[in-house]
Amino acid sequence: MESLGVLLTLPMNPYLEAELHRRCHLFRLWESPPAHRKDFLQANAPSIRAVVGNATVGADAETIDALPRLEIVASYSVGLDKVDLARCRERGIRVTYTPDVLTDDAADLAIGLSIATLRRLCEADRYVRAGSWKAKGDYKLTSRFSGKTVGILGLGRIGLAVAKRAEAFGCPICYHSRTKNPNVNYKYFHSVLELAGNCDVLIVACPLTKETHHIINHEVINTLGPKGVLVNIGRGPHVDEPELISALVEGRLGAAALDVYEHEPDIPEELFRLENVVLTPHVGSATWETRKAMADLVLGNLEAHVLNKPLLTPFL
Amino acid sequence: MKPTKCRVEERGTEDDRNPNPKPFSSLTTPPPAMESLGVLLTFPANSYLEEELSKRCKLFRLWETPPENWRQFLRANAGSIRALVGTSTVGADAEMIDALPALEIVASCSVGLDKVDLAKCRERRIRVTNTPDVLTDDVADLAIGLAIATMRRICEADRYVRSGAWNAKGDYKLTSKFSGKTIGIIGLGRIGLAIAKRAEAFDCPISYYSRSEKPHTNYKYYSSVVDLAANCHILIVACALTEETRHIVNREVMDALGPKGVLVNIGRGPHVDEAELVSALIEGRLGGAALDVFEHEPHVPEQLFGLENVVLVPHVGTATWGTRKEMADLVLGNLEAHATNKPLLTPVL
Repeated sequence: MESLGVLLTLPMNPYLEAELHRRCHLFRLWESPPAHRKDFLQANAPSIRAVVGNATVGADAETIDALPRLEIVASYSVGLDKVDLARCRERGIRVTYTPDVLTDDAADLAIGLSIATLRRLCEADRYVRAGSWKAKGDYKLTSRFSGKTVGILGLGRIGLAVAKRAEAFGCPICYHSRTKNPNVNYKYFHSVLELAGNCDVLIVACPLTKETHHIINHEVINTLGPKGVLVNIGRGPHVDEPELISALVEGRLGAAALDVYEHEPDIPEELFRLENVVLTPHVGSATWETRKAMADLVLGNLEAHVLNKPLLTPFL
Repeated sequence: MKPTKCRVEERGTEDDRNPNPKPFSSLTTPPPAMESLGVLLTFPANSYLEEELSKRCKLFRLWETPPENWRQFLRANAGSIRALVGTSTVGADAEMIDALPALEIVASCSVGLDKVDLAKCRERRIRVTNTPDVLTDDVADLAIGLAIATMRRICEADRYVRSGAWNAKGDYKLTSKFSGKTIGIIGLGRIGLAIAKRAEAFDCPISYYSRSEKPHTNYKYYSSVVDLAANCHILIVACALTEETRHIVNREVMDALGPKGVLVNIGRGPHVDEAELVSALIEGRLGGAALDVFEHEPHVPEQLFGLENVVLVPHVGTATWGTRKEMADLVLGNLEAHATNKPLLTPVL
């Protein structure tokens, strides 16, 4: 491990960074100003054999091309939309990610956001802290969560975990996925549009690919409708954000809970004024427990690679 | 009788897919027995209920009289008032019951009966009904929603985003995982069981305290609240408020729950020693809290407003369109049964 040159793309986890620094030869990409990135990479390319990226900065084609000795990309995330997988395949570069360890957190957030949105928990909390309960009286009535039909887009690990939780609230589950899952009893719809037309709460839990870019578009949003709730715990680009905002403002969509956005951390300010949205800053896996487990998985994969052992969680 | 401020329900968006909910009874005219039933409604918490009572019975609205004139008002109308519909805010205390010699039934629009003097009702043989079951899901949903919101700091994170801090200061801090944490439930009644069922789906081990151990569950029983608190991560109050359970969550319990523990109160404000709670939170002896109820609603200790480890909601446990309508229908159904000499739907006494 000592001789493994690792490029860390962002200060994503102090523990991970400290371990990489201790055990490997660590290069911190963010320490060089963006204008000098190319030079930085060129200068260190002979040493860099591994890249550790995350959901914000991964390993795009340009980065991969600048690193001729790159052998492995160990992503500190389960989503690989920021890794040029085609390039990695071409070059025979291994790719690992962090599935399973973050499944619970992401699913917990999806359910927490759904309840928070339907029951207006954050608005109610604001109402109390503003002194309005005393000044104006009881808060308004909201919508029930239990028993609402939950539609899941993408029935992978996270989608299944969301479904398992929602079932305990008596929520009928339906889903759309590229292929039908033969091992579940949930109702399958062949298109996102049909799914949106048949559920009350639509939860995005699929990977971001070319095909799923803006999969939640004007038509889907309108179909989900004035009583529908959209919960995005996937990736910002899953949703046509300007469309979403006008739908929320105009009442064509009932409510939304967003953990991800098209241009994080820039969020359209129109969202800030809405009482029918809950906004969180990409915290899907952001617990102490999970981030440590993710870091350990990254370190474990790098160690396995260096020792020529089977990778722990390979994607490529 | 305590004076309380009159509050007006703000209409939000309709929850049901049906925008025109039908009234409870399918009859076009109420049975004669209902028409002559004098009903005292203590509080304007439910406009649908108020409208139906006004249409079908002889309705007296307690809040239209200033509290200092309540005695007079009751005396003047005592001859007519045979039923009282109370809420979790204003029920039927001894004084009120004594002032209503013709009172036959108290139909509470709540499942909790801590605001009804049950002893007095027993003495006077006054029937008492409540609204169990129809509100169980909403309250359990809130308990879980509040628990997740607290552990994951959802409301704080939302504030962080809206203040522009994500851009200005960087990522929000790490929080605590909810799944897999041990949940301790005080009171394993309908609501407690519904909370347990939901929490199990998050792989949370369940333990509980109750007056007696429940024979048909696999959950771990503790015979003292302090032991329960010492052995769980998230303590949820879901029992009835009685003389015995007042301040059941006291300093000892909070210290046992500890600096990483989270208290969720969806019961009644007086279940928790509120002053102790505030100092425990401020001093870090208790990790966090989510409160739907308070000792002196709508007063909430302002020291709580500045804390990032609490979630505060204004007694919204049953406050959805669907549930409030079902509660109202149950109240109306109980009154109708009483007026027509049929078995009450959900009697407690």
